[in-house]
Amino acid sequence: MSDFPRWKYALVALMMLFGVIYALPNAFIPVPAVQVSANRGASPVDQALRQKVETALQQQHIAFGQVNVQGDNLLATFANTDVQKSGSDAIKALLGDQYTVAFKLQSTVPGWLGAIGARSMPLGLDLQGGVHFLMQVDENDVIDKQESSYADDIRSLLRDKKIHYESVARNSVRGQGVAVVLRSADDRSRASDDIANEYTDLLVSNGPNTGDRYVLNAVIKPDKLRDISRGAITQNLQTLRNRINALGVSEPLIQQQGESHIVVDLAGVQDPAEAKKLIGTVATLEYRPGIGHPGDPDARTAEKTGNIPPDANLYHMRGTGEPVLVSKKVIVTGKELVDASSGIDQQSGTPKVDVTLNAAGARKMSDFTNANVGKPMAVVYVERVTETKMVDGKEVRTPKITESVINDANIASPFGKQFQTTGLGSPKEASDLALLLKGGAFAAPVDIIEEGVIGSSLGADNIDKGFKSVMLGLALVLLAAAIYYKLFGLVADIALFFNLVILVAVMSLIGVTLTMPGIAGIVLTLGMAIDANVLICERIREELRNGSTPHASIRAGYEKAWSTILDANVTHLIAALALTTMGTGAIKGFGVTLMIGILTSLFTSVTLTHAFTAAIHGHRKLKTLSV
Amino acid sequence: MEIFNHDSNIHFLGMRKYTIAIAIFLMVASIGLIAFKGLNYGLDFTGGVSMLVNYDTPVEIGEVRGALAKGGFADAVVQSLGGTREVSIRFQAKDDPAAIQANGTVNLDRVSADVMKELQAARADAKLKSRDFVSAEVGAELKTDGTWAALFVILGIMAYLWIRFERRFAIAAVATEIHDVLVTLGIIALVQREFDMTVLASVLAVIGYSINDKVVVFDRIRELFRLARKAEPEEILNRSINNTLSRTIITSLFTGITMAAMWFIGGPAVHGFAITMLIGIVVGTLSSIFVASPILLWLGVSKKDLMPVTRDNPELARRP
Repeated sequence: MSDFPRWKYALVALMMLFGVIYALPNAFIPVPAVQVSANRGASPVDQALRQKVETALQQQHIAFGQVNVQGDNLLATFANTDVQKSGSDAIKALLGDQYTVAFKLQSTVPGWLGAIGARSMPLGLDLQGGVHFLMQVDENDVIDKQESSYADDIRSLLRDKKIHYESVARNSVRGQGVAVVLRSADDRSRASDDIANEYTDLLVSNGPNTGDRYVLNAVIKPDKLRDISRGAITQNLQTLRNRINALGVSEPLIQQQGESHIVVDLAGVQDPAEAKKLIGTVATLEYRPGIGHPGDPDARTAEKTGNIPPDANLYHMRGTGEPVLVSKKVIVTGKELVDASSGIDQQSGTPKVDVTLNAAGARKMSDFTNANVGKPMAVVYVERVTETKMVDGKEVRTPKITESVINDANIASPFGKQFQTTGLGSPKEASDLALLLKGGAFAAPVDIIEEGVIGSSLGADNIDKGFKSVMLGLALVLLAAAIYYKLFGLVADIALFFNLVILVAVMSLIGVTLTMPGIAGIVLTLGMAIDANVLICERIREELRNGSTPHASIRAGYEKAWSTILDANVTHLIAALALTTMGTGAIKGFGVTLMIGILTSLFTSVTLTHAFTAAIHGHRKLKTLSV
Repeated sequence: MEIFNHDSNIHFLGMRKYTIAIAIFLMVASIGLIAFKGLNYGLDFTGGVSMLVNYDTPVEIGEVRGALAKGGFADAVVQSLGGTREVSIRFQAKDDPAAIQANGTVNLDRVSADVMKELQAARADAKLKSRDFVSAEVGAELKTDGTWAALFVILGIMAYLWIRFERRFAIAAVATEIHDVLVTLGIIALVQREFDMTVLASVLAVIGYSINDKVVVFDRIRELFRLARKAEPEEILNRSINNTLSRTIITSLFTGITMAAMWFIGGPAVHGFAITMLIGIVVGTLSSIFVASPILLWLGVSKKDLMPVTRDNPELARRP
């Protein structure tokens, strides 16, 4: 038909091709696999390791698909999750602590598809089983900490400047800052200037005077408060990521939801106990005087003989595992650490970590470093995990403490409030250290407010039922449309099929996680996408009844139906948009699917069918239409 | 093939007194049901603990309830899930005081162990399939979010129709929309179907579906008004409903088919979604035919409101 331009044919063909290619990866079902990666200090993953793993699996008669070295990792595939479990156990026993062994679903998508960015949709927990947590971050605690720390700092500043004060205390209302009570108006104006100069994040104002009490209020600026809360969430996310990486889950989902919630989805994990233990870990830091250096003869002898000097502890370096002796005396703890950030040292060009202590910590640190220039200082990382066990029907809680040294360096010159650790191996090492220093502990306490465990059989069940309902729904609509609208129905059917294909392609490309509500969205989209074709076909029938020629009817049918289709879809799109704004994951997934579906169906139901209709009827003389 | 007579000329507007009366009655009844009987809120909203348990051989709901009551879980809600071998158990965490930890959070492992002990004492083949814990706070947030989302949808649609059509169309559509949502919720309250997150999603989707239906009829009304030389509103409205009747019903049937397919084989996870959607489709279709247009007539829609005035009003020309 002349009124259907050639470029539109090309566009339709391109979209169909795009849909098929980018939806294709979903047809390749991933296989259960075990991923092995080397920890720091272990020998890298190589062919020798592959040989070792293969032999061990053969000896224990565990059937495996392939064992391959992929980049820095070793991947062993298995036929099903049961074998995967025993395979993982065998590999763990074989390799010990030096390697991290994790479950993984290994994609079987051919390389050329991956090369053009085509990938399969990640599956939600409800479709593959796993553990889900929703955590609430207690931001009040962060504000409390900051305000207390400012109160300390102000006290110490006033002492340094020799300004007499009656009291420096936090306001009883959270967020109202610190109240400083001074004895004269003169003192107050001096204090006000000093505090404002020293701490630019504080807003200083005069409070009411009663008798000889002159009140000064120092409030944390709202911008800074926002930064603090945001920082707390980011840091908590980072801490969680670090800890969960240690769990060996290959693709954990850890993300912020709303203002103060964090979602953690661990696919494939069936026992939440271990995950919870890690999430609930409380970690602290201690700066202590070092005795010797990591791996020096003294430390090695102490490790071998068990003869440890009475004033020292024997620890191991985190990562390398070298023994190191550290004094029992604690200089400063992590509670006195305000901030730690990584960067590059201007002078030496090596990575560094900047550390800031609060006033109390700074005093202790400066006393110690003044007396000990040139001597080593160690940072000890202390992790406390409370393990709950059932003994005789009663809950017994035993705290388990693990300690390791994360950094040991010589004191170059005396320092106090701010100092830096230089000479770190790489920027990555520096950022890891900074993260451990401040992120060892959560910036704010987290509470688990939602928890779910979805069995893997339930996931498999859901995916099976979901797939079947999409297929049945599609088949029924295809059949009904073909019967009711004959040839035009068949064209609509092609459009509907490609709607499903393109919808899946777009979802895969964007990386929408497929969940059960998402599948419901797909089915609903299919059910409603046909509406546009119903509108067009009804219009064409009407035009035919009014005596128009077949070609004119097709043209008028598409033209007149278009405005209706557009209005109907825009309003529907508004509804779908509202669904995506809902914070909760399940509804969001449904809304996103619906929204993409409305857009793809606009294309397939109108442009694609028009192309087919034009191609079929275009060059023929028509007496009747099969509609 | 045609099911509907294309020359149908049923006088829908003639019945408007009755249909509007019925609609108002249904709305009032629904509000009453929601207020007094209440929605059977699911775990997502109430917070608490939910467990999915299945058995090797068929099990009676009463049997499960009995076993739970023995262990002190007398208030637990037990429902069978599409079959006789799978049940969902829902209760408040306070039913198991031993599992509430010092900081007020719930030890889910402990709760599920306690419940499974009771169930397995009664029937050794009870197996835990999944368990969930949701705090009440999350549920409260979801309710607020849901209300905001519904408001956003209704206002957004109203604004669009106001710009694209005319004020009266916007009001009529939104009034009918509210009717559809209330009646759908009323039916859910009546049959005490569990109202969980997927049902909420479905109710919001019903808004989208039903507005779709109304817009199609409204579009035809606008077109006929513009074409007609002598436009008697009642007649135009009636003709529009009749002209679009076949598409209204066919689309509902097609969408209904897919939802029915999901209801039959989609499993418990989408059961609530499908059934709500089916209810919404029926309510939405009926209201498109019987409720929306009478409201429009009552608001006094006329030909001159709908004539394209864009050509002589430059201010309007800029609107889409």
